[in-house]
Amino acid sequence: MTIADIRKILNAELITGEEHLGAEVHNACGSDMMSDVLAFVKDQSVLLTGLVNTQVVRTADMMDMVCIVFVRGKGPNDEIIELAKKRGIVLLKTSLRMFPACGLLFEAGLRG
Amino acid sequence: MKLHFDVPGDDFTRAGEASGQVKRKLKRLGFPPDVIRRISIAVYEGEINMVIHAGGGAADIEILPDRITAVLTDHGPGIPDVELAMQEGWSTAPDNIRSLGFGAGMGLPNIKKYTDMLDIDTEVGRGTVLTMTVFVNRK
Repeated sequence: MTIADIRKILNAELITGEEHLGAEVHNACGSDMMSDVLAFVKDQSVLLTGLVNTQVVRTADMMDMVCIVFVRGKGPNDEIIELAKKRGIVLLKTSLRMFPACGLLFEAGLRG
Repeated sequence: MKLHFDVPGDDFTRAGEASGQVKRKLKRLGFPPDVIRRISIAVYEGEINMVIHAGGGAADIEILPDRITAVLTDHGPGIPDVELAMQEGWSTAPDNIRSLGFGAGMGLPNIKKYTDMLDIDTEVGRGTVLTMTVFVNRK
């Protein structure tokens, strides 16, 4: 599926990265611990998280991820948005909680 | 090629600047993605460690055609028990760090996992020097 599909499935708001909405993604992970993302992620390209700080973007960048979905309605500040723009990472925001957000994407074919 | 970065100790949001720049530099130089990712993650974890535990430090990176070596130097409290610190899940990070997404006790184990060579020179009260190397063609 594409990042645009994720946006639709999660009824998510696009914060930045419109030009990358067409990017194909196959795998995702959900975590609030960036240490675990750095330890266990292999080729996942989407990160769902309830954590909102600049290190989320830096961690995603380190793991070559292309899209971050902030769950539970949390929104990033300008510093986070600017960093994501520089790194070419799409930011989405959904009011869904972590479990249903991951479940909906899994059901639609995204894998872990 | 040698790169030097100061890692500020008082600004958590800036931890990751050095590894981010190293990553982009290596990409421009055309290193394999796997090599870039492994050394970048290791340096990133090291930066986070220096901010959490040591009040900052310095990162010196040497880029050679066949290997990348990073030396992370701090003048923090040192690591009293390296063996314990290498265990996954063991952490002395304060709770406020966990609320920032780190402090799960994966820092040093991750650095070890992603690098081909790791040397930890540490002394309580003096500080810590991590020397880590990733080879381009791993045997």
